[in-house]
Amino acid sequence: MNSNDGFPVSRRGVIAGGVATATLTGTPVGAQVAAPQQTPPTTMPVTLKVNGRNTLIEVDTRTTLLDALRETMKLTGTKKGCDHGQCGACTVIVEGRRINSCLTLAVMHEGDSITTIEGLGTPEKLHAMQAAFVKHDGYQCGYCTPGQICSAVATLNEIKEGIPSHATGDIAAKPKVTTAELRERMSGNICRCGAYSNIIDAIHDVAGTERMA
Amino acid sequence: MKAFTFERAKTASAAAAAAVRTPGAKFIAGGTNLLDLMKLQIETPQHLIDVNGLDLDTIAPTSDGGLRIGALVRNTDLAADARVRKDYGVLSRALVSGASGQLRNKATTAGNLLQRTRCAYFYDTTKPCNKRQPGSGCAAIGGFNRNLAVMGTSDACIATHPSDMAVAMRVLDATVETVNSAGQTRAIPIADFHRLPGTTPHIETGLAPGELITAVTLPKPIGGTHIYQKVRDRASYAFALVSVAAVVQPDGRGRLAFGGLAHKPWRVEAAEAQMPKGAKATAAAVLAGARTTSQNAFKLPLIERTIHAVLEEAKA
Repeated sequence: MNSNDGFPVSRRGVIAGGVATATLTGTPVGAQVAAPQQTPPTTMPVTLKVNGRNTLIEVDTRTTLLDALRETMKLTGTKKGCDHGQCGACTVIVEGRRINSCLTLAVMHEGDSITTIEGLGTPEKLHAMQAAFVKHDGYQCGYCTPGQICSAVATLNEIKEGIPSHATGDIAAKPKVTTAELRERMSGNICRCGAYSNIIDAIHDVAGTERMA
Repeated sequence: MKAFTFERAKTASAAAAAAVRTPGAKFIAGGTNLLDLMKLQIETPQHLIDVNGLDLDTIAPTSDGGLRIGALVRNTDLAADARVRKDYGVLSRALVSGASGQLRNKATTAGNLLQRTRCAYFYDTTKPCNKRQPGSGCAAIGGFNRNLAVMGTSDACIATHPSDMAVAMRVLDATVETVNSAGQTRAIPIADFHRLPGTTPHIETGLAPGELITAVTLPKPIGGTHIYQKVRDRASYAFALVSVAAVVQPDGRGRLAFGGLAHKPWRVEAAEAQMPKGAKATAAAVLAGARTTSQNAFKLPLIERTIHAVLEEAKA
């Protein structure tokens, strides 16, 4: 393990080291397969403004924004669930909009402002949405929670901006914070523990609105 | 993911020229479909041309009273545009019925048109698929094909086009504008943009190598009641089993286009004359020549019922 990555020996480090060892052991000696002609791995520099701080990193062009955050910048609050844009665990806010960080490349975000769960609040000073998730028990295992919270913060902004959803009755009218709107707008964040009901309560709490049905 | 080189394009024609010049090059905009497929090595570009920096992200009025939608306008922004919500409601409705909030924030107008099928066998690299690997066969025809096409299919492919947006574009008679590597532009009616599978299901559009979509234009508004009715296995964040995009005029005449039926957004203009007679007559005309499998014949009555629901909603 890289000794200057800013972490003391941790459970995470031990697990990561263990996985690497297993992978090496699993490679048969001399199993060199003649590969078709392929582009060799290429790296590029990219500057990301993550949680208000400009950070220059050098990444393989294949690196997703998610992997750049987690593996290169060690911001492991953002989670990798499916890695295919289906579960929403990797949701971060880029240039004010929530996106799946697993389905975009780091090199596509030169100069972009990115807010991760670490940038919303800290354990000492929680963001209102983080505090509401705690108050309403909006999680069980907690794995989807950073994505849920980033998505929830962005959802309330989207309603405020007047962006319609499938649950908006009159598509030309300004949408309101209703339970049906929240359920629809949060459908890109899957919670296998099934904390949905409490998540909706938490978002209503932050919006200052009441649950309906 | 296979390794690739990466460049950021400065102009649309330079992007098109780079795509022609560089072997194995692909454009990337939102990337929500392409990167998914690259992770599975269904797509293996050797070079990516990032077009996100091009000045193609605005919606502007056209001289004939329509709207010109830049290729890079995000699905969220298109759905939220006040002019689209007022005059092309079926398009806003179709957009918000697709994907998730996160994906709509990234997905672009042009990329949505070019997204690949979600046929499970296209995604499964251990199975034959004529679309993924031409000539390998079609595992879907005798396989799990409940969600696949019933119109315009071939013995080579029964995949559906997954887009909701494109179905609304079809009912609105949109036009796709492109530029090629020589800087020449052309306008392709949406009806002619996507191809049927035939014997070459891997060729999905008439775009030439390197040809880049720059905009989609909508003709001037046609009034009427705009409805997009999508039927799916769960209430949100799922692809359509069937969908109906409708613009219905007060006299009961109108237009209908369908998703989940074919390899392209499906529309039978001749069938629209039947709309005042009701769903049964309309569906019969739309579905003439349907070819179902053991699992997807349910789509035929489902289309009739969805048309009925749409026509009733238009009257209300």
